[in-house]
Amino acid sequence: MDKMPAWADVLLVPLVSLILAAVLSALVILGIGENPLEALNYMIQGALGSTYGWGYTLYYATNFIFTGLAVAVAFHASMFNIGGEGQATLGGLGVALVCLALPWPHWTLALPAAIIGGALFGAAWAAIPAYLQAKRGSHIVITTIMFNYIAFALIIYLLNNGLKPVGQMESSTAKFPEGAHLPTLHDMLAVIGIPFSKAPPVNISLFLALAACYGVWLLLWRTPLGFEIRAFGKSEPAGKYAGISPTKIIMIVMLISGGLAGLMAINTVMGEAERLVNNSVQNAGFIGIAVALMGRSHPLGIILAGLLFGFLVQGGAELAFWTSIPTELIVVIQALVILFTGALDNMVRMPIEAVFTRRRLAQAGRAENTPRTPGNSPPPTTAAE
Amino acid sequence: MSTVPAIELKGISKAFGPVQANKDISISVQPGTIHGIIGENGAGKSTLMSILYGFYKADAGEIFIRGQRTQIPDSQAAIAAGIGMVFQHFKLVENFTVLENIILGAEDGALLAPSLAKARTQLKNLAEEYELNVDPDARIETLSVGYQQRVEILKALYRQADILILDEPTGVLTPSEADQLFRILGRLREEGKTIILITHKLREIMEITDTVSVMRRGEMTATVKTSETSPEHLAELMVGRKVLLRVDKKPAQPGAPVLQVENLRVTDNKGVERVKGISLEVRAGEILGIAGVAGNGQSELLEVLGGYQTGTGTIRMNGEEIDLTGKDSDGQSRRRRGIAHVPEDRQKEGLIMDFHAWENTAFGYHTRGGAYSKGLLMDNAAIREDTQAKMDRFDVRPPNPKLAAKNFSGGNQQKIVLAREIERNPDLLLIGQPTRGVDIGAIEFIHQQIVALRDQGKAILLVSVELDEIMSLSDRIAVMFDGHIMGERLPSETNEKDLGLLMAGITESAA
Repeated sequence: MDKMPAWADVLLVPLVSLILAAVLSALVILGIGENPLEALNYMIQGALGSTYGWGYTLYYATNFIFTGLAVAVAFHASMFNIGGEGQATLGGLGVALVCLALPWPHWTLALPAAIIGGALFGAAWAAIPAYLQAKRGSHIVITTIMFNYIAFALIIYLLNNGLKPVGQMESSTAKFPEGAHLPTLHDMLAVIGIPFSKAPPVNISLFLALAACYGVWLLLWRTPLGFEIRAFGKSEPAGKYAGISPTKIIMIVMLISGGLAGLMAINTVMGEAERLVNNSVQNAGFIGIAVALMGRSHPLGIILAGLLFGFLVQGGAELAFWTSIPTELIVVIQALVILFTGALDNMVRMPIEAVFTRRRLAQAGRAENTPRTPGNSPPPTTAAE
Repeated sequence: MSTVPAIELKGISKAFGPVQANKDISISVQPGTIHGIIGENGAGKSTLMSILYGFYKADAGEIFIRGQRTQIPDSQAAIAAGIGMVFQHFKLVENFTVLENIILGAEDGALLAPSLAKARTQLKNLAEEYELNVDPDARIETLSVGYQQRVEILKALYRQADILILDEPTGVLTPSEADQLFRILGRLREEGKTIILITHKLREIMEITDTVSVMRRGEMTATVKTSETSPEHLAELMVGRKVLLRVDKKPAQPGAPVLQVENLRVTDNKGVERVKGISLEVRAGEILGIAGVAGNGQSELLEVLGGYQTGTGTIRMNGEEIDLTGKDSDGQSRRRRGIAHVPEDRQKEGLIMDFHAWENTAFGYHTRGGAYSKGLLMDNAAIREDTQAKMDRFDVRPPNPKLAAKNFSGGNQQKIVLAREIERNPDLLLIGQPTRGVDIGAIEFIHQQIVALRDQGKAILLVSVELDEIMSLSDRIAVMFDGHIMGERLPSETNEKDLGLLMAGITESAA
């Protein structure tokens, strides 16, 4: 129906973009006198060569899936939420407050409460820009990015004025109680007898992220609300015609988006650090934008893109550890991937589309030469005359 | 016919994805003639002209300009080859003057003043030669649509075009502006210019062209001398079968009033009052047609009735008053009251172009508790099934619910909207510009559906800028001008001239 088959749209285009980014990265590595193949080998070994590497890759991927979903949901309503960073920061505060509020007896009780806390705080942080957009027309791109900085400052202030236990040097909260510690993948796989490295922080949040993907898919493509979100995102005048309230959609979408970003804190704050530290988000909010772009705002695509960026972060860390390639260059490589998969998407897409169009034309041409079937002859005249 | 053709296209083909917009098209246009290209929406007329003007690259075929094989990779090349194009939607800078618009993109040198001076003298010459008078210092936004079109023509002539392509030039003009345009075109022909006129209106073809080519489904089905053909014959060539150009309907049997509007006032978002206290009534089993030039408050009337614009006054539906500003004033609450709405702009409002046909069938009726929902979720399978049935009943082509709305032709898009709204069995159908951008074959079908709905005893409020349509469909006609209803007429007791005067705001109140 469209210009090319779905598999080419979802897999081929990102793959070609990725290869282009890899080639350019290889040239950069060559330029500083290192061997790109060796570098790639370090990255693959480091990120995917052991359960230790996989553990970290999946841990990072969990973050990116949450923030990617957050951006994607807003994209569907034609809104650009750049505030994932701040919303996830506030989500961390919500998670920490919940975890520290009670001497939790078991994680199964602490987790649902923390989910509510993280999502609520993330959503609340998104609600203010959403309200300003819906009622005052202040552009959400501007306000969400400003709210990121307010969030950073707020957390530093709170950590140093109240949240930090008396007598502690480091600006962080106290460690969460034992009953608020989440099972790691190592713990979970041990139950069914599969050995997995104990070191990496990947934990049950990974499955929470996958559940969130399913939930977002269900919401967007199976519920009347999701229908309204997508319709509003495609055409605001049509939305008005159908009786969809712009204010309602903007508010709901941003609350969901902020809530998803806030959930990321379950993985980092509750699952890994087990206390709230400064800068707990570490750019995952921004990487979520690239993940959503590359994943074409679809939960499945976001899982794949989240894995890729998890790989890049973990592989990059290993690369910096084992070689003399400076970490700044790792950032360059990540940026190239974002550039090619996100910003230059059309550069790759258009030639591929052209190839498919030509192929189909050639096929159509062959079909023309064969005798006409009733299917493609002009419709018969109506009998009503 | 021994002269070298001004334009000759040989074997032009162009595909967009699976849609073959132009299939092996050959055409030859003689210099100093007006050549009409007629065809339904989506027949490939605009694509063909876009290829000629360098917007698209043909997949196959050759272009000859005055006998010379020419490559036209972009519009610069087209202009260099002496081709000028006047688009349906003008490409003018609203807050620039006529002169500034004319030199835009054709400035010579770094300083504007010499270009402007040169253009001023040339413009004067052109105005004299072709009787194309426009004040060079007027700002575009102050000019009427007809004059803006002249500026577009002047722009092309200033660039030394001797082949002019006009794409649906009368779509935005009043009848008298269209007459003026045709006089200008006649004058240009006398001066030896070659003109290609793209239109879907048979009357224009008959009135002004020398030769006419008919396109259907991407193919050129015939090229004939205009003097040797008839509207009926052209319509048949366009659609591929015989077409009824008149609407067949029995006299109306009006029942109880369904919609009663009293002293309705609407102020738009810019604070301009667009509807200035109108009152009207639509009864069950009748079609009230609202005539008027576009922009005289008809759109706002439909928007208020459809629930997405606020207003003051009273509107009663089946005797019950409707909320015009509060919480109960939106599209959803109107639908619950039995009002269905086929909006004027189907591509912006009536449909989501990127959505599948089945999603569009649910659009507006997607809410929880409706026929399309199952618990918390939407019953997508039921929607698809229902869409398939609707497509069969309304003869939507291709009858594929999974195709995106943008992949249907204008007529088939309208049928999707119409099927959705009519089959809700509303008490009142609001319908704006039902056949704008719709092919002749589909017009006939849409008109029949509207009349059939009326015969079932439903009330219909029809807004259209096509006077023919108003005259042939309506049981009563109200004419709007500047937010007022200027008068009401019975179709049997009026004519185009009478309505035309009302449309221009002239009443014979003195008489």
